[in-house]
Amino acid sequence: MSAVVRRVLGALVAPLVAVVAAMAITSIVIMASGSSPGDFWEVILEPPADRTMVNIVNQSSMIFLSALAAAIGFRMNLFNIGVEGQYQVASYAAAITVGAAFVPGLLNVVLGLVVAMVVGAAWAGIAGLLKVTRGVSEVISTIMLNAIAVTLVGYLLNTYGIRAGNSLRTTEIPESSQLAGFTPFLDRDGAIWTLCLLAVVAGIGFSFLLNRTSFGFDLRATGMSETAAVASGVKVNRMVIVSMMMSGAIAGLIWMPAFFGSAHTYGSTFQFQLGFTGIAVALLGRNRPLGIVFGALLFAFLNEQSNRLTLLTDISQNVVQITQGVIVLAVVVAYEVVRRRQQAAEQNAVKRQLDAARPSSPSDDKAVNA
Amino acid sequence: MSTLTATPAPPTSQRAGQNYWMWLLVGLGVLVAVSAVRVITGAHEIDTPGSLRAALIATCPILMAALGGLWSERAGVVNIGLEGQMILGTWGAAYFTYYYGPWMGIVGAALLGAIGGALHALATVTFGVDHIVSGVAINIIGLGAAKFLAEAYFANLEGGGVRQLTGLDSPPSVTIPGLSDAAVALADQRWFVVSDVASVVAAFTTRVNLMTVLCFALVAVSAYVLWKTSFGLRLRSCGENPQAAESLGVNVLLYKWVAVTTSGAMAGIGGGFLALVASSGFVTGQTNGRGYIGLAAMIFGNWRPSGILTGSLMFGYTDSLRLRSTGAIHALLLLVAIGLIAFAVWKLVRTQQTVQAIVFAVAGGLFLLWFLSTDAVPREFAGMTPYIATLLVLAFASQRLRMPKADGQTYRKGSAG
Repeated sequence: MSAVVRRVLGALVAPLVAVVAAMAITSIVIMASGSSPGDFWEVILEPPADRTMVNIVNQSSMIFLSALAAAIGFRMNLFNIGVEGQYQVASYAAAITVGAAFVPGLLNVVLGLVVAMVVGAAWAGIAGLLKVTRGVSEVISTIMLNAIAVTLVGYLLNTYGIRAGNSLRTTEIPESSQLAGFTPFLDRDGAIWTLCLLAVVAGIGFSFLLNRTSFGFDLRATGMSETAAVASGVKVNRMVIVSMMMSGAIAGLIWMPAFFGSAHTYGSTFQFQLGFTGIAVALLGRNRPLGIVFGALLFAFLNEQSNRLTLLTDISQNVVQITQGVIVLAVVVAYEVVRRRQQAAEQNAVKRQLDAARPSSPSDDKAVNA
Repeated sequence: MSTLTATPAPPTSQRAGQNYWMWLLVGLGVLVAVSAVRVITGAHEIDTPGSLRAALIATCPILMAALGGLWSERAGVVNIGLEGQMILGTWGAAYFTYYYGPWMGIVGAALLGAIGGALHALATVTFGVDHIVSGVAINIIGLGAAKFLAEAYFANLEGGGVRQLTGLDSPPSVTIPGLSDAAVALADQRWFVVSDVASVVAAFTTRVNLMTVLCFALVAVSAYVLWKTSFGLRLRSCGENPQAAESLGVNVLLYKWVAVTTSGAMAGIGGGFLALVASSGFVTGQTNGRGYIGLAAMIFGNWRPSGILTGSLMFGYTDSLRLRSTGAIHALLLLVAIGLIAFAVWKLVRTQQTVQAIVFAVAGGLFLLWFLSTDAVPREFAGMTPYIATLLVLAFASQRLRMPKADGQTYRKGSAG
């Protein structure tokens, strides 16, 4: 009983400490710039308006997908920093495919999702292949691939894009393939995009895959101890490529809710930076789906609520980026401190037991046998 | 046992001498090849004094980021946060220059970068957080902090706005009289090889910003400190084998702290260069991934000062190509083709690696075909070059790369036992 309580507390203490620390540091930063932290928290902590609530749901579902993509890699100690590049390339590929309307209606949507996943997986697969065949660190190769992705998509858009005002975009998708979503409040408050469901499906799939299949077991085993995994017959090279490609496939889906829901073309409305936000949220949520849900909601909440800062206060809305960064840094520090504490506590407990056993049986051999 | 059976290593002086001659030969070959490409294609723009000057200015921020990476990784801490520290540096340079002049601006850039570095040190060295994780967080914080600080401090200044502060003073530039004019005149003659050398001389003697000189000096100073002093030896030992270092009385955590903070300061100066010299002021987002290019240059340069200098110059040159005509970029295809084929021949003759030689020869042939079948290359492709080059180097030469042995590992005080 007490062990369970201690575990739950242990899991909750770190994020709570991190959030409090982030709140304190944000307040200090705001004070140092000559504004009032009270104003900031008043705006941020106000109950969200209907419109904001819809945005939070939409944004958090995309952040969730992004974090899930990063988490798959993290669970087996693969640092897929390349989610950002993967979803850019995948989104562009999906946009031109769906825009070309090879098949009608909903079939077109399915085709778009498949293309996004395949392209995302292929782009991530390059990093996996380089790691397995040439021993290139995935951290470096995915960073390089991110930069190549931005330039490549920029080039393709510049060369083949359609001019619309000041910017370039892909062909708009046919109306039969647009998925408006449903409006929980008034029409002017906007709609929750249909493909936000992808986040739910991916989350459940992720849980099932990791906790209920032998592949998931192998993946987690490799993450905890690669040598032990190799010894028990896990083909680590294959695992690296497969999990990297799965990570890329999920990354491919990140922007799809917005694409089919409201953007309808790849252009100036494309939302960058979701990949990096996802990495932060995955770390915040300890790479567990449930933790990531909370992390995604928190980040989306901060982003959306902060939009009104410029209107209502003299504080820049960019301050929430500092808050988010500090939360991530603080949470990993807190987890590490908690882990070291627990380790020390366990060592002490073992020491106490050994000490207690010693007087009755002076010989060390007997203590071990008992 | 091992000391008796081990074969003695060849005397280092002899090996160093061989290397020296080999590199001199390679340098000469590159010079002749560039000159030949210039004369054949008529794309004189590839190495006019103006092009090289632009390349020099594009090199410095990358060089400083790479140098920052070197300091940190030599002490065993991977610093993905270079980008964030660089961004902080751009703001620091702008703020301090506005109030106290450009020299204090450089100090301010170093200071803000060092704060980012110290944050990384706190997380990775003191608390033992994963280096990549901390670096990612610092990039988020750096980006947010620079935007926030700009809006809070620059919005109401003259030349300022919520995203920028323009009209800042640059550190002074110097021209070496006589030599500069002569070199420029000679470069304009467009003679084979002679004019190319003159271009290089002209680029280094005409309107050279003192901050550029400072950047190159910092590379030399860092190389000296890290490789020729006992402080540097101890610092590098923390990156190779911290347990051994600690057992010899080195305060590992302190050395790592110093290294990572210095790393941040260097990256910060690189950011400052962007705000003060490369452009006429601070704009949010002006680093544009150069911290990552710096990281790539450091890996490309095999964690060594001479290597990162070469890598940064190459990446800086390709970065500056965005401003040049597409014809100049097209001419470089021929240069790449020549380079690849030469490398293939060298592989075949020196190392007998036939498969790799064929791969490089085919690649060279493809570039030649590309050169012959088109007359312009999209500018974006030049921008991709550093990244693709790094991927290729990692893929094909990774056995020649050697990073510090304990790089990226968390060290806990007292684990030497």
